This record gives sequence, structure tokens and C-alpha cells, in this order.
Amino acid sequence: MAAPPTEIAQRVPSAPETAANVIVFQDVSIAFEDKPVLDGISFRLAKGETKAIFGVAGSGKSTILKMALGLLKPDSGQIYVLDNDVTQMSEDALFELRRRVGIVFQESALFDSLTVRENVAFRLLEEGHVSDDEVEKRVREALSFVELENTIDKFPAELSGGMRRRVAIARAIITQPEILLYDSPTGGLDPVTSTTIIQLIVKQRDVYKTSSLLVTHRLQDAFIMATHYFDRQANEMRPLPPGMRGEVPMAFLILRDGKVIFDGDAHELAQSKDEYIREYIS
Amino acid sequence: MELISPTEFAKETVKTVEDYSLLAGQSIANLFRHPRYFADTLQQADLIGVGSLPIVVLTGFFTGAVLALNSSTTLQRFGSLSLLGQLVSVGMVRELGPVLTGLMVAGRNSSGMASELGSMVVTEQIDAMRALGTDPAKKLITPRVISTVFMLFFLTIISDLLGMVGGGAVARFLLGINSHQYWSTAWQILTFQDVFMGLVKPLLFGFIISTVGCYYGISARGGTQGVGRATTQAVVASSVFILLVDFFATKLLMAIFGYQ
Repeated sequence: MAAPPTEIAQRVPSAPETAANVIVFQDVSIAFEDKPVLDGISFRLAKGETKAIFGVAGSGKSTILKMALGLLKPDSGQIYVLDNDVTQMSEDALFELRRRVGIVFQESALFDSLTVRENVAFRLLEEGHVSDDEVEKRVREALSFVELENTIDKFPAELSGGMRRRVAIARAIITQPEILLYDSPTGGLDPVTSTTIIQLIVKQRDVYKTSSLLVTHRLQDAFIMATHYFDRQANEMRPLPPGMRGEVPMAFLILRDGKVIFDGDAHELAQSKDEYIREYIS
Repeated sequence: MELISPTEFAKETVKTVEDYSLLAGQSIANLFRHPRYFADTLQQADLIGVGSLPIVVLTGFFTGAVLALNSSTTLQRFGSLSLLGQLVSVGMVRELGPVLTGLMVAGRNSSGMASELGSMVVTEQIDAMRALGTDPAKKLITPRVISTVFMLFFLTIISDLLGMVGGGAVARFLLGINSHQYWSTAWQILTFQDVFMGLVKPLLFGFIISTVGCYYGISARGGTQGVGRATTQAVVASSVFILLVDFFATKLLMAIFGYQ
């Protein structure tokens, strides 16, 4: 058996103070049309860690991802991404930073007038200094990662919802970003396709050690991620051996009424005495 | 329909003007910034210019023809039917060619831009583009502005020419005016000022059509219904804006050239 991934030392909040944090939210608040959505939230994402964000619809989960990319500005507070304060950066400076971060949108957000090849290659083509052969090679590699090489010449409208989500993952990972943000990657998908997507996220976490924020409604997805690792030799996701639960860099963050009510690992979540959390996970 | 207070309405109007001005200013500033999207600009020029050619040809031809037909009765009354060529050429080159071409292209392309960009907004494609490190203003808006300004200039010239051809056809086949007489008076009356006025306007109108279309597209909210609303607003706003600017541009240019 291939060794399960271990990035435990960097896990937050039990991580040592020296652990590198790739994303830091400090007392961040935002309101839409005078209605507060996030009210002074703070959390950290350690390097190599995947943090699943939960909350009811409208609790500001997707807003957190958009703020981390600087697509939305908070009303107050600081957000540091790869040591850059995105709340103080100009749009031009943000474009540079965003090249180091990948995002998978809730509805994939593929460019519908471009083929799968052009969608996945978009970032490389925009950078402009990559040769055509290199672009083709990397597009095929990214599509092979999500097992969709055969769709390279298709348009997004010709793909199923799950395939579009996988193309969006390929587009996000083609430049091997340091951080990946997933916005409900399994939302609206059938259980089999959802498991395929979760396997890809676990693969990205364990093979490439990419730090990630994962917004989801589906607690079972996050629990699968916390209890499985990616076996590179078998090229599939496998359950952690007995006694090794909690041995993957996986954390949970729960939002309620604009506040963070839980930030910890699967073990701490299972031990929580908070009634709302108990009800949420039951 | 939801009623809003006059204060809210005033605030929204000021905000709209501010946002539009920023977008329009940015689209010009981006001309001098990298990266430049030549392929996108050429593609848009093809869509806007070549795509609009049939409606511009038809509009120009029949506007010139109907202008000749309507004017002929009045000119005949004063025994000045020989001036028909002058009337059609000045009318087309100074006013009708630029304005009608502008309105036709606004109807076709301003709505197209608003719906295309609006759909991209509501399906998060604009956010995705920003997230992928690309400035949508540079990639989507500036190429459309350059293409529309450039192509409307040439479409207007075609429309002017076709208008004169239409007027000439009516003069020759319906009114029995000698073609040589029509064309020689039509050419002779045109001065540099007339041509200049007629060719400055499409540059202004092209800028209005593209920036208004892009502005309403990029500000679309509320799903497919919002995209539909943005499309309608883009056509209405750009058409009204063209007519307003036409009046002030004409007044200004007449003052500059010393027309009484």
C-alpha cells in the first residue's frame, strides 16, 4: 500500500505557530444591501491543507472564495493570500496574484463559445509565452488528470454537468496553482459523479499537496475526504487504514449567522458538544 | 412594478453615469496598455462590420430613394427638380447616412454586446475570466470599442454612397432626371465641411454603441430576465444617446465651420 499523505503538522488549529498559512482571514465582514452576510470572521488555511466550509444557503460560503480572490472586497478586515493583502491590492496587482490561485466555480463557468481545449488552455494562452506544442501537451495532461481527454474538441454545451465540473477542475489545475478554491464542486450531481469529483480533489490534495478551500453543502463529501487518501500506485482513492483517521490534512469550518462557529478537524467536529453542530452533522 | 423614491432614483442615475463614464474611460485607456487582443478585435470587426453590411446597404439605398421621392414634389413646385442630387447627397452625407447607420448598427450590435456580455456575467464567465488573471475590460470591451468605431466609419461611407445611388435610381427611373445631371450636382455640392461632419459622427456613434452595449451587458443582474432587460436598455439608451449627441455634434461642428 502506498503511504497515506501526511501534512498533519501543518493542520490548523492544532498546527504549530510556525506553520505557513497560505490564506488568512482576519475579522472580515461584508454586507449586501445593508444585510450583513459575514460578520467579523477569522480563519487560516495552512499550506497543503484542505479546509471544507459549511453553512446553510446564503451564509456567505461562496463569498469567502470570491473575497479570497479579490473578486469581492470586504467592508472591513484583512485577507492575506500567499502573504499579499488582497484588500489593499489594485485590480492589476490582483490579476498577477490570481495566476497563482485556481478556482472551480459552482456552475463550472466554462466559456461557452470556446472548446474544451481552449477553455483548459485559457490561462496558458493568455500568458502568451508558452509554445503551441507545450500548450497542447499540458492541456492533454490536465484533461487526462480528470479522465476527459476524449472531450478535447467538444464545446461545454455538449458535456454533462459532471463532465463540465471536471473540465473546470482541469482548467483550474493546468498551471499547478499554489491554492485551489472549489465552490460546491459536487452540487447538483449524482452520487457516482460526486464521488469521481471528490476523488479528483483528494488526488490533487495528496499528489500535488495543493492547499484548498472547499465550499460544500454535502457533509458526506468532506467526511470522505477526511477518511480517504489517494493511492498513487493503484491510481484510486482508498480509505485510511484503521487507527489512521484524521491523518490527512483536512479541516472543517462551519458558518452560522455570519460567524465561524467551528474551525477544526474531523475528530474535533465529531466531539463537538454544540447543539447546532450536532444537528448539522447528524 | 416596484416604485422607488426620487432620492433613490437620483442616486441610481448618478451611479449609472459614474459607472458608464469609468467603463468608457477605461476602454480608451486600455488602448495604451498591454496585452492587446488583435485576434479578438479582428473577430469583432468581422461580426460588427461584415455582419452589419446587409442592413446598412438596404437602409442606405432606401433612405436615399425615399428622400429623393419625398423631396421631388416640393422641388417640382419651385421648378428646382434639378437640385435633387444636391439635396440627396448633402442630406445623406451630413445627417441621414451617419445617424441611420448608427441606429441600425446600434439595434443589431449594441443589443448583441449586451446579451453576450450579460450572459457571461450571469453564468459567472466574467468572474472566471478575472479569476484566471485576465482583465475582461481589455479582452472583451476594448476590442469591441475599437472594432465598432472603425467599422462604423466605413459602413457610414457605404451607406452614404448607397443612399446617393438610391436617390439616383429614383431620379432616373421615376422622375426622368438625367443621370449625369444628378451625379454632377450631387458631387459638386459636397464640401470638405460636409464630408468632415459626416465622418466625425460615426466615430462618436461607434463609441456610444459599443460602450453602452458593453456597459449594460457587464452590469446585467438577475439571470436571463436581467439579460433581456439589459439588451433592451442597451438599444434604447444607445439610440437616444446617438440622437442627442448628433444634435450637439452638429451644432458644434456648424459653429466651428461657420455655418449660419
